[in-house]
Amino acid sequence: MGFDPEFSRALARQGWVGLTLPKQYGGHDATSFERFVVSEELLAAGAPVSAHWIADRQSAPLILRHGAESQKQRYLPAIAAGEMYFCIGMSEPDSGSDLASVRTRADRQSDGRWRLNGRKVWTTNADRCHAMIALVRTDPASERHAGLSQVIVDLDLPGVTIRPIRDISGHEHFNEVTFDDVILEADALVGTAGEGWAQATSELAFERSGPERFLSALTLFRCLTEAVGRSPDARQAVEIGRLGAWLVALRAMSISVTGQLAGGQDPVWAASCVKDLGTGYEQDTVETAIRLIDSLPETDQARTTRRVLAVTQGMAPSFSLRGGTREILRGILARGLGVR
Amino acid sequence: MRAMFQESVERLFADAVDAETLRLAETGAWSDSLWAQMEALGLPLAAVSEDLGGIGASWTDLFPVIRACGSSAVPAPLPETLVANALLSACGIAPPESGVTVFAAGDAVSVLRGLPWGRQARWLVLHDTTRGRLGLHDMTGAAVEHDVNVAGEPRDAVILASGSLVSDAAFDGPPDTVRLSGALIRSAQIAGALGRLTEMSAQYANERIQFGRPIGKFQAVQQQLALLATQAAAAGAVAEAAFMQARRTPHFATTASAKAVAGEAAGRGAAIAHAVHGALGFTHEHSLHFLTRRLWAWRTEYGSDARWSERLGRLIADAGEDGLWPFITETLKERPQP
Ligand SMILES: Cc1cc2nc3c(=O)[nH]c(=O)nc-3n(C[C@H](O)[C@H](O)[C@H](O)COP(=O)(O)OP(=O)(O)OC[C@H]3O[C@@H](n4cnc5c(N)ncnc54)[C@H](O)[C@@H]3O)c2cc1C
Repeated sequence: MGFDPEFSRALARQGWVGLTLPKQYGGHDATSFERFVVSEELLAAGAPVSAHWIADRQSAPLILRHGAESQKQRYLPAIAAGEMYFCIGMSEPDSGSDLASVRTRADRQSDGRWRLNGRKVWTTNADRCHAMIALVRTDPASERHAGLSQVIVDLDLPGVTIRPIRDISGHEHFNEVTFDDVILEADALVGTAGEGWAQATSELAFERSGPERFLSALTLFRCLTEAVGRSPDARQAVEIGRLGAWLVALRAMSISVTGQLAGGQDPVWAASCVKDLGTGYEQDTVETAIRLIDSLPETDQARTTRRVLAVTQGMAPSFSLRGGTREILRGILARGLGVR
Repeated sequence: MRAMFQESVERLFADAVDAETLRLAETGAWSDSLWAQMEALGLPLAAVSEDLGGIGASWTDLFPVIRACGSSAVPAPLPETLVANALLSACGIAPPESGVTVFAAGDAVSVLRGLPWGRQARWLVLHDTTRGRLGLHDMTGAAVEHDVNVAGEPRDAVILASGSLVSDAAFDGPPDTVRLSGALIRSAQIAGALGRLTEMSAQYANERIQFGRPIGKFQAVQQQLALLATQAAAAGAVAEAAFMQARRTPHFATTASAKAVAGEAAGRGAAIAHAVHGALGFTHEHSLHFLTRRLWAWRTEYGSDARWSERLGRLIADAGEDGLWPFITETLKERPQP
């Protein structure tokens, strides 16, 4: 997904950012289904949407649901205008899957402001975003899930250091973000102090259930479809059809979660289902392409397909890591089944 | 209407279908009273239009009914009769008021093989694809040779008696209507059975103690159960989508996807359920096999997952790169009710 502020602003002028936000905050009062359609079409077209994506998908709904009026006025219209970008500050060097162990601290000072110290890591696009919603410990005496809160950190504040990290393909899209005595205003807290864990997990339902959870490999699928030609042999047809069938199923599941989110439910279980199956599907698309690659007639399309395969293959391991690993999601599913 | 159907069939099946019923059914027993109760609820004629004596229910309304036939392994061809009567209704033929009705493709003089519940059927709806006609046949006097699928469900060979035709009409549905309709109902039955397998397996994992604790406390078992649950959820979602898209006849791409996904899920799900249940689940005494053997059977009936994937794949390849996404979104697009 490309990062292109100009594209994000143009999209916002079109009315396609902040769709579900209320009009009073610059949104469009649209339904979640309308947002689903727009998101899907953008991803299917391979549009460079990454600048505003996280803000639009999860930060804005979080602020709308839990934020103070002043926060809504400050951030939501800017998000809806495609001008303000957010990143997710959950993971830390020692807190990956075990997110409840986060150690970054925000200590309340006597003047009501917060003093932030600690380190976040793997933060996608932190180097190009305006703000982070960080999960931090606000009660120093607390352990695990209690005592966590979410704060909004404006990333140009003094004491914030952002260092890009290169990934296996040499790209720099995620970062390490260090906080050294960063002073946050009293109103940086989102929602209730101590409720950070519950807020963050319901935020993750937005992250885990959307169409980006199964469309990351669509470009590769499209290329393959073209590369096998109009009259594929039986093996090619089976493989292509299988990818199509599962894509239909994943869409049906994701749309159903969208319906639950729209109804104000917290479909953590169903969202985890979509993410586990969806990321497996994306990785399976790579496997399928590998199985088919030497059966493709040697055309320009075959060469394009090999390039797209290489790019997708370079991303594929991350599909089942980001947003919660496969094993962790299956743990959530098992808990929902009542065995944990 | 959907909620009402769901509630009444779930209550009926909970009362009327238990392990003993299923064991007896496998020895060839047939329960007149179960069928009579389904008729009393108006189920066999539910999809028939009101002017032809039915309720005019949509396939969306009927999804929970057919799914429940799967989760309870109901030993009677309610899904088949629902489809057969709906096909008659679609060509303006008034369906028989009562009795088991099944459906097949072929002609009235050849042997019809693998006919579900042929021995029990009072009526047969036959799609003659070469002539583009749909006929209602009386099964009285038909020669029936018993056969069963891997789950022991009747799949008989039948030759109709001469003069069996009761009425017929032109039918403009697709030539593979029988296969598509069969794939539609089987995908919902598979989804139902997988849902029940998930519940049974989670429950068993909480009860069976090894190494001093319930096996469900072991992460390896938890991960397998989660996988089973996702397969069940996927089959359920895509089967329901296919029912939502079905009108007089099923929607090709959605139904093909449903059978392909449900078929694969059936294989994986049954394997996990057996793994979790250990040797106990491998006994005839335990009721797990009523579902797992049906999953194996239903997976191959009316086209295996590979067969449906291949057909789907040919259409997708023909649509090409720019046709792919519209092809996919078309499968869930809102379609007008007839
Ligand atoms: C491309 C990319 C972008 C990301 N972007 C962001 C971002 O923007 N913001 C952010 O906060 N984070 C981000 N992340 C981080 C991501 O959320 C974490 O990678 C993820 O939560 C896993 O943590 P970890 O990498 O530390 O792995 P670990 O937690 O160390 O896990 C390593 C392995 O151990 C397994 N494991 C761990 N605990 C258990 C357990 N209890 N039971 C069974 N297995 C277990 C895991 O499943 C995994 O297989 C990103 C990651 C990637 C790869």
